Amino acid sequence: MTSVTDQPAGGLPESAAEDRAPPPSPPARKAPDPVSGPAPGERELRLDLFRGLALWLIFVDHLPPNLFTWLTIRNYGFSDATEIFIFISGYTAAFVYGRAMTDRGFVVASARILKRVWQIYVAHVFLFTIFLAEISYVATSFENPLYTEEMGILDFLKQPDVTIVQALLLKFRPVNMDVLPLYIVLMLFLPLILWLMQRKPDLTLGLSVVIYAITWEFDLNLPAYPNGVWFFNPFAWQLLFVFGAWCALGGAKRMAPLLSSRILLGICIAYLLAAFFVTLTWHMPRLGHFVPRIIEQWMYPINKTDLDVLRFMHFLALAAVAVRFLPSNWPGLRSRWLKPAILCGQHSLEIFCLGVFLAFAGHFVLAEVAGGALIHVVVSLSGIVIMSAAAAVFSWYKRVAAKGGKDAKSAEANADLAGGGS
Amino acid sequence: MKAIAGLIALALLWSTVSAKAEDAPPPPGCEVPANLLTTESTLKKVAEAVKTEGRLDIMVIGSRSATVVAADGTGFPGRMEAALRDKLPTIKVSVNLQLQIKKTAADVSGSLAQILDGKQPTLVIWQTGTVDAMRAVDPDDFRTAVDEGVAALQKHGADVVLMNLQYGPRMETMITTAPYLDVMRVVAQQYEVPLFDRFSIMHHWNETGQFDLFNNSRGIELAKRVHDCLGRALATFVIDAAHIKPAELRTQQ
Repeated sequence: MTSVTDQPAGGLPESAAEDRAPPPSPPARKAPDPVSGPAPGERELRLDLFRGLALWLIFVDHLPPNLFTWLTIRNYGFSDATEIFIFISGYTAAFVYGRAMTDRGFVVASARILKRVWQIYVAHVFLFTIFLAEISYVATSFENPLYTEEMGILDFLKQPDVTIVQALLLKFRPVNMDVLPLYIVLMLFLPLILWLMQRKPDLTLGLSVVIYAITWEFDLNLPAYPNGVWFFNPFAWQLLFVFGAWCALGGAKRMAPLLSSRILLGICIAYLLAAFFVTLTWHMPRLGHFVPRIIEQWMYPINKTDLDVLRFMHFLALAAVAVRFLPSNWPGLRSRWLKPAILCGQHSLEIFCLGVFLAFAGHFVLAEVAGGALIHVVVSLSGIVIMSAAAAVFSWYKRVAAKGGKDAKSAEANADLAGGGS
Repeated sequence: MKAIAGLIALALLWSTVSAKAEDAPPPPGCEVPANLLTTESTLKKVAEAVKTEGRLDIMVIGSRSATVVAADGTGFPGRMEAALRDKLPTIKVSVNLQLQIKKTAADVSGSLAQILDGKQPTLVIWQTGTVDAMRAVDPDDFRTAVDEGVAALQKHGADVVLMNLQYGPRMETMITTAPYLDVMRVVAQQYEVPLFDRFSIMHHWNETGQFDLFNNSRGIELAKRVHDCLGRALATFVIDAAHIKPAELRTQQ
């Protein structure tokens, strides 16, 4: 975890900067209009806010279903927090490393990106270790004959050699550990995406769509261990990431007139309502009879692995509506009530990992200490509080480290001398 | 706190369920909310066989979780048989369990001809999804397999009931169940086949404290009781889905 949490103070502002939402991309803008970014020089707090909220929702969705689960957006439409997280990650990564690529060139920017990839990889392996510990505990202590069949899933513990190597190869990914490998693969291709995006943005986006289409046509995916495929198919999910990058590098500005159109807003709202109704039929099967059979057959299954078009459209509609009704100069963004979410969004990798860890811990508490609806709510709430508190500490540390910028640099050099450092 | 919440939930449930209970009330702890036992799909062949032939031949195709220890009477198929005989004393009920251990839906679907060979069940209860979820089979492939299986069973002339995965609170960190539950719900809707939502029912029992599914004990008592309740619920489900009125049957005879 050290190399992840230490990173803001590690004297490498550019890699830490990825987690900070960039200031708005258009450098010269008369007045902030509702659709595009805030005035130049200000941070785009909306990105931080939504990424922070997405991290909370991912955490809640990773816990066993409880009262809080009903608050997560996947119960109200097709897409869920993962879409938000990947899109905003593409946006911020393209913004930060795009600037680095312009300033310092392809090689240096790529090196920085690869360093970031390494950090994410280490974070993933760290989480895997925790998972292994938890699973091993369950395997040795839990022998309820009701679940004899399901316990077969733990057979992989009989060959730790294979399992651990497969995990290092990102092919063995237990439940809830699918997002980081996706992120790693996407970031690995970021240098290439950025290089092309800075020259031919529309062509890059077009290529991304083509890869997405080919993936659907030919069922491309990466193999997983012991069998099956990656739960988040990188060939499909790259579309959101690249779309985020495209928006960051000027696409959002170009779409501004489109986004202010009332017709588009109407379409988006209609689609969101339709999606909401369809989702409702999942929870109340009686309503299912109002959905025409033809639509049902065409629509199902709504594939998460390959980022179903319906999910992608749902995300776009959500984003369009959010951008429309939440101007970047909305005073609420400065309110102390949204501060925790914004802080979490500003430290996304750390908070994401912490969230996965807390979800494991939450499962553990619910299984070993106490169950019940009340404890569920307590676990969910305390998880969010812990995430926010950790984000506040990271911010504080970053601020302190930035103040003593020189000290931090020399401390880093000393650490290097001592064989440490990041 | 948990016990109190459980008791309150029990009391509430009892008040709603007891109004419906006809014959012998189920043992305490077996209550299932009515919405988990209602289905829009009907079992026409079951209704017909019960009315005209006075018999009901059921085949259960299941994986390991269809049994407690081995293929004895303590698993839910055996308990369902007992419950059906109890509720329909004038009907000749037979339940045949076809265990397909460690077989995915695709495996089962591919060997249905063999499983059904020479048998003509009125109703096939197909419990599936667990092996697929454990092996993380592509949900698309799982859907195709369940699709084909249900179609083949219907073509063979049987009514079909789908039964989904078990709920296990400790399994949630290890097995991703949601896509497989979704697929089964969708296929059930598409083929107008009743879905016995074992997952939600067990989840409900765990939430209300009727069963402590976190239980660590190695004894088989809990498993036996859960299967007994599942068997009873399944019997009620089948009778309701076939619109059979046990009282009417009795007067007819």
